[in-house]
Amino acid sequence: MHMHKIGDIIKLMINGYTIKDIKDGLAKGHFTAEEIFKKYSDKIRKENKKLNAYLSVFEYQKQKFEIQNSKFEIPPLAAVPAAIKDNILIDGTVCTAGSKILKNYISAYDATVIKKLRKTGATFLGKTNLDEFAMGSSTENSAYGVTKNPLDITRVPGGSSGGSAAAVAADLAVFALGSDTGGSIRQPASLCGVVGLKPTYGRVSRHGLIALASSLDQIGPITKNVYDAALVLGAIAGHDIFDSTTVPGVVPDYTENLNKDIKGLRVGVPKEFFAMPTGRQGEGLEDEVNQKVQESISKLKNLGCEIVDISLPHSKYALAAYYIIVPCEASANLARLDGIRYGHSAKEAKTLLDTYLESRSEGFGAEPKRRIMLGAYALSSGYYDAYYLKAQKIRALIKNDFDDAFKKVDVIVGPTSPSVAFKIGEKASDPLSLYLSDIYTVPINLAGIPALSLPCGNGKASNLPVGFQIIGRPFDEETVLRVSYQLEQALK
Amino acid sequence: MISDKEIRHIAGLARIKITEKEEKGLKKDLSSILEYIDKLNEVDTTGVEPLYQTTGLADSFRKDEPRGEFKMDESLNEKLIGQAPHKENRFIKVKSVFERKK
Repeated sequence: MHMHKIGDIIKLMINGYTIKDIKDGLAKGHFTAEEIFKKYSDKIRKENKKLNAYLSVFEYQKQKFEIQNSKFEIPPLAAVPAAIKDNILIDGTVCTAGSKILKNYISAYDATVIKKLRKTGATFLGKTNLDEFAMGSSTENSAYGVTKNPLDITRVPGGSSGGSAAAVAADLAVFALGSDTGGSIRQPASLCGVVGLKPTYGRVSRHGLIALASSLDQIGPITKNVYDAALVLGAIAGHDIFDSTTVPGVVPDYTENLNKDIKGLRVGVPKEFFAMPTGRQGEGLEDEVNQKVQESISKLKNLGCEIVDISLPHSKYALAAYYIIVPCEASANLARLDGIRYGHSAKEAKTLLDTYLESRSEGFGAEPKRRIMLGAYALSSGYYDAYYLKAQKIRALIKNDFDDAFKKVDVIVGPTSPSVAFKIGEKASDPLSLYLSDIYTVPINLAGIPALSLPCGNGKASNLPVGFQIIGRPFDEETVLRVSYQLEQALK
Repeated sequence: MISDKEIRHIAGLARIKITEKEEKGLKKDLSSILEYIDKLNEVDTTGVEPLYQTTGLADSFRKDEPRGEFKMDESLNEKLIGQAPHKENRFIKVKSVFERKK
C-alpha cells in the first residue's frame, strides 16, 4: 500500500477493506493479489489468538488472472481475500464442521460455491469457527473453543457462523461465507455489526456444504456493506446439477439496481415481531433493539416507503416447528458419521455395533447428541404424525402467512435478533433460552425466502450493534438488497 | 416427561452410547424442549397439506450420462478410501456383521 488520503486511512481503521477497495487498490497498483493476501494473513496470525475466529489458515496460491495476459478482463472478486465457514469443503484441506468427529477429515473436492468463487478470483484465507455442525446461536458449541465478539471479547459473536462474522467485523477478511439454517448468517452478522444475507432456498448450491437440515440450509455472504453482499451473491448463485434444489435460470446482476430509489415501496411491519410471546421471563424484544428498529422504520418512511401494518399469525409457532424439523433432518444427515468411512473411529470397539455407538459417543458434542436424539425420538415409530408431520403442516401455515403478506407489501422488516450480543456463558446452561435468540430468523427459513441483516446503529444501553432484518419475496433478493442499500446510505 | 427407559431406547436408535450422567441431562433437556414444542397442538391443522420444500420444483431430472467431474483414479481413491480408519488396498474394512458358526 502506498499513498492514502486521510479519509481513506480513517475508513481503514474502522472496518478495513471492502471489495471495491481491493478492486481499486489492485487497479491502481497499490498492492498485488499476493501482497493483500499476506497483509491479511499476517493480521490473522497476530489477532486470531484473541478471537479464535479461524480454525485453520492457508498459504497463498497464485491466481489464474495473475498468470493470464492483462488483456483479459479482471474478474469481479479478483484478489479479494475471503474467510470460509468450516462446514464448506475446500479440496485437499481439513474440514471439521466444528466437531471432534471430523477433526482430521480432508475434503475430497471443492464445494460449488468455492469453485464459483475461484472463478471470480477470490482467494481463501482460511476456515472459520462454528457451532458444531452449525447447531447453535453463539459459537459456544464448537469443539474448538468459543469465538469472541471483536467488539467486546467477553461476549459471543452469535452463531452458528460466528467465526465468519467475527472475522469480517475484525477485518480479518474482506468477506466471508456462512450457512444459514435458522438464522446462522443473519444473527451473528447482527451481533457483530456486519451485513449478512440468507438467499432464497434454491438460489445457491449446497453441494459441498456439510448438511444440517437439508430442507432449510442455504449458503450466503457476510460482508462489510450491502454492495459487497450483492457482489458475492452474484458470484455464488445459480443452478447446479449437483444440487437439485437449485432453480434454473439466469442470475441477475444484483448490484445493478441498488441505486434506484425506493419511493412508493410498500414495507410491511408484522405486529407479532414486536410482541412475540415467548412465555419466558426476560426473553422478549429488548428495548434498545426495538428503539433502533423503530428508527430504521422511520428512515424508510422518510425515503418514501409506505409503512404497512401486517400480521404473520403463525410466526409464533415457527421456533417450535423448527425444533422438530431440524433435529429430524439432522439425525438423518449425521447418520453417515459412523466411524467406518471417515472421521473419528473408536479404537476400543469390539463389534460393528460398538464401532457405531462408541465412535459417535466420543466424536459428537452435547448439542449434536441432543438434536440427533430428539430427531430419532420424533421420527420413531408412532410419533411421526404427532411431531414431524404436524411441524410440516405448521410450516405450510407459516409460508401461507408470508404469501398473503407479500400480496400487500414488497418487503417485510423487523429485528434480526431480540437482543444485542450476550455474554459468553450467559445462555450456555439452558439450550431452550439460546434457541429463542433465533425467534425472528427461523420463520424465514421455514418459508424459504430471502432476508438480510443490516447493522442499524448501536443500542443506547449497551452501545453494541443492532441488526435490522429486511425480508423479501422468494427469489427477489434484488429488492431486499435495494432496500438495504438505500437504508444503509440513509443511516450513514 | 421422558422416562429413563425411553431415553435409553432413543440413544440406541440414534446409535449413541450415553453415560448415566448424560442420560440425566438429556432427560431434562429433551423433556423441556418437547414441552415447548407441545404448543404446536394449539394450532388446528385439519386439512392442511404439509410443506416439505419451498421452491416448488418437482422431478428435477437430469440426463443419466457420465459428467466426468469425478474421475476415479489413484488420487481420488486415496482421498476417499484413504480416510477410512480401517482399510486394505482400495477397500474399507468393517467388523463382521454375522457371527461365524463354530
